[in-house]
Amino acid sequence: MREIDVAIIGGGPAGLAAAVRLYDMGIRNILILEREHQLGGILRQCIHDGFGLARFGETLSGPEYAQRFIDEVQKKEIEYMTDVTVLSISEDKKIVAASTAGLVELQAKAVVLTMGCRERTRGAISIPGQRPAGVYTAGVAQSYINLQNKMVGREVVILGSGDIGMIMARRMTLEGAHVQAVFEVQPYASGLPRNIEQCLHDYDIPLYLSHTVTEIKGRDRLEAVVVSQVDENMQPIPGTEKEYRCDTLILSVGLIPENELSLGAGVELDARSRGAVVDEYHQTSVPGIFAAGNVLQVHDLVDFVSMEAENLADSVAAYIREGGLKPCTHAVVTDGNVTHTIPQRISGECDFKLSMRVRRPMRDCTIRLSQNGVTVSEKKMRKALPAEMIQIPVKAEKLDQNSDLEVSVVW
Amino acid sequence: MVRELTCIMCPMGCDLTAEKDERGNITVTGNTCPRGREYAMQELTAPMRNIATSVLVEGGELPLASVRLDGPIPRERIFDVMQEIKGRKVKAPVQIGDVLIENVLGLGRNVVITKNVAKRGR
Amino acid sequence: MKRLEAVIIGAGVVGCAVARELSRYQIKIGVLEKELDVACGNSSRNTGMLHAGFTYKPGSLKAECAVEGNREFDQVAEELDIPFKRTGKVVVGFTDHDMENILKFKANGEKNGVQGLRMIDKSELNRLDANAGGEFAMYVPSSGILDPMQYTIALAENACRNGVRFFFGAGVESIERAEDEYLIKTAAGDFLAKWVINCAGMYASEISEMLGYPNYPVKGFKGEYFVLDKKAGRKLTIPVYPAPNDKGGFSVHATPTVDGNVLVGPDSYVTEGREDYAVTKEHLDGLIRDGQKMFKEMKREYFIRNFAGIRWKRYDPETGEILDFLLEADPEKPHTVNLVGIESPGVTCALPLARRAVKIVAEQEGLAENPDFNPRREGIHKFPEMSTEEKKAAIEKDPDYGEIVCRCETVTKAEILKAIHNPLGVCTVTGIKNRTRATMGRCQGGYCQTRITKMIEEELGIRPEDIRYSKAGGYMFTGKVREEA
Repeated sequence: MREIDVAIIGGGPAGLAAAVRLYDMGIRNILILEREHQLGGILRQCIHDGFGLARFGETLSGPEYAQRFIDEVQKKEIEYMTDVTVLSISEDKKIVAASTAGLVELQAKAVVLTMGCRERTRGAISIPGQRPAGVYTAGVAQSYINLQNKMVGREVVILGSGDIGMIMARRMTLEGAHVQAVFEVQPYASGLPRNIEQCLHDYDIPLYLSHTVTEIKGRDRLEAVVVSQVDENMQPIPGTEKEYRCDTLILSVGLIPENELSLGAGVELDARSRGAVVDEYHQTSVPGIFAAGNVLQVHDLVDFVSMEAENLADSVAAYIREGGLKPCTHAVVTDGNVTHTIPQRISGECDFKLSMRVRRPMRDCTIRLSQNGVTVSEKKMRKALPAEMIQIPVKAEKLDQNSDLEVSVVW
Repeated sequence: MVRELTCIMCPMGCDLTAEKDERGNITVTGNTCPRGREYAMQELTAPMRNIATSVLVEGGELPLASVRLDGPIPRERIFDVMQEIKGRKVKAPVQIGDVLIENVLGLGRNVVITKNVAKRGR
Repeated sequence: MKRLEAVIIGAGVVGCAVARELSRYQIKIGVLEKELDVACGNSSRNTGMLHAGFTYKPGSLKAECAVEGNREFDQVAEELDIPFKRTGKVVVGFTDHDMENILKFKANGEKNGVQGLRMIDKSELNRLDANAGGEFAMYVPSSGILDPMQYTIALAENACRNGVRFFFGAGVESIERAEDEYLIKTAAGDFLAKWVINCAGMYASEISEMLGYPNYPVKGFKGEYFVLDKKAGRKLTIPVYPAPNDKGGFSVHATPTVDGNVLVGPDSYVTEGREDYAVTKEHLDGLIRDGQKMFKEMKREYFIRNFAGIRWKRYDPETGEILDFLLEADPEKPHTVNLVGIESPGVTCALPLARRAVKIVAEQEGLAENPDFNPRREGIHKFPEMSTEEKKAAIEKDPDYGEIVCRCETVTKAEILKAIHNPLGVCTVTGIKNRTRATMGRCQGGYCQTRITKMIEEELGIRPEDIRYSKAGGYMFTGKVREEA
């Protein structure tokens, strides 16, 4: 069995950034395992621009952003394998993967989980109705249109105001489709304001909040969807049904961190983020297994994915050198206005960056990090949106080393 | 005239208010950086956008190469530029940064390739 | 015009079983199916239960065939190389009234010849499965679970191997007598055949009328289901049914599937639409409520899909009484076998019914046995079911076994390719799915559907706009984004 220092599971933006940083930190015996034929992950199909402003100071398309890291990996001759799917990771960091050359069996000192996320499906949200062709998740439609040169439909309705859904509204409009509307079950948009502006407003595509698809019609191909208004409990209001004739329904109803391999390794998950419970080192409940990027928490921007992975790489390098990291025994607890935080555990001895999201849109609020009523750090915000990931730096010198950290939103 | 805008210059998405008086002077509030002011000014006078799409690749390991403009163009010219791109095709291999169309429609911007596509059959 | 000796109408589980059994003899057989694959109707829209036969009226065809079908199924599964588990089943109760109804069924089952039925207490029930609801139960050791889709595919493929031809997209429009034969007009052309066997499922009454039999009244009892993630599947090992109600019907139950998922459902309500397979919010909400009583892990986070099926029961319009399966061959309508009202437990009864239908044809025609008949069929070897050593060997022999296409279900390129080149010539996306399980996992094709359509396009050399999701009009693509002029 081959022995390596660090196995990186997934060659998308998180995995690539972690690899490059690890290399720079002097950790050289590393291997990236990528299931697709090429490195780059989901960015390969995200051809729109707007990536890279935070990380590179310029705006790039997804493929260009990915290529910056791929070029680094190749220049530094960091080893990677494509067309290799990891089948299992064990608690003691044995990895089994499938490739056309045979099963790959590895023993790693540390494992970096960077598998990304998957899209929530029609089945997961139980949309009633028939089951015709023509219902696609936004990412699948994006892959068909941008990678495979296949057009999925002409008369389009979009459910969910996630960023990929809005980006696909614009993309399909540019390719001659007619996008009738975007419907969002929540009373606020789940994607970024800039996408509402430049993907919907620019093309006169209406966004209806507090609306959802309550029936899918069509035996062979989609023929229509019925849309209803919903009440404050997100239940359809009888009598508000309206039928939209269409051949395509695009779903952009959420992303779920893909943690099947993590579970197999015995990694504890957080029911709120659906990613691993990690400490400030991005270490999971299994020592030596780390996680970053969308497998840990769904990010709004790829720049933050890379930066999170680079942060993780620093800890992994320390773990490899020192054979372990300090235990983090204090919990990060939240109030009802916060969906989740990363990390969920801290040592109280190190600087770290806390990332989180708010549960609903709020104006003129303060996000307060405190211990036993004493403020450790706070961030004033003119507007806080669920669509945006909020990051707050925390200084070790401000922390009481014997207490949990409380995160709350006050306004 | 007062317009409420969401800045698209970066992912911050600041809420901007732009006001144009009778003499045509524009004042912008709500921006947190100079780019926001610039954006609002432009939105009220001549909105500019960038676009991304794909071009057909012959003999490539992928059927399409993604492209974008190397800078924004007037918003109302988006579909004209799309039409230009739709009619083109390239031969593999192509590299990021290759210029597909120089000075597209005389708008002063180039259409550039944003994905490396190698020749089919390694 | 195609000339055959026997035409079977309908490629559901019964039609495919008849085809397979008839292929034991020397006779030219064709199966006409209106959809693009087998088992598109209610054959696949059910719980996948191999029933023991304790609920059906003693002496009925249902009771007789269910007990017979149940007994032989280990051999059938082995011959056809399909997944099958004789899990047993528990019928659980909470009240004295439940106990009364369960005991009635126990006595009924014993009369039907169902063996091994016994009452168990809560502690034994918990030992069988800690997540099963109920205070006591009847344990039914002979019940089992199978995948009705895989079963039907296996029957059809075995029939095909033994010479039966399958015609898809061949919905029957009319049947006329043409001298000593029947002229069957379909959407895929005309067929001539001496024998017609009606296995048309929910449309059996219409075909029955075309053959000169009555248009038997049928009533549709629709039920909806949830499919739960395999994570929930690890928490249920045995089908859990509630005590029957006073009319002898079961409400919502939880059943593990052979693939490791859990089905919760069906409920039951009357529908008019022959193919009214739409799921409804009202009924799905009901399943969430009732399902939790049978299975404690019935949670939203485990939902990966839902579906509906309809049991079309023959009934007496005067009394409303539900009638037994009908299998008839009236000499006044020469060379016909008519099967109507075949609903639950149709999957369990398919082969016993087929043998009875085939016996009529074989005896009347004095058919000679097909010397080349082979009862065995080989399925697609599933990568995740292999041991590590077997996996290594499989990849060495065929490197495509090392390329994972469907991540959730660990389906390899080798399996997808075998499915694309299946013996029946089915090439829909759902056809590939039902033969391999690709796209059936928790991401529902988010990762692999794009790969599968690409493989269909390349392997079969068809244009994107000719790829079908499931039905003839179910196109996936309107064309290319950029046309190669």
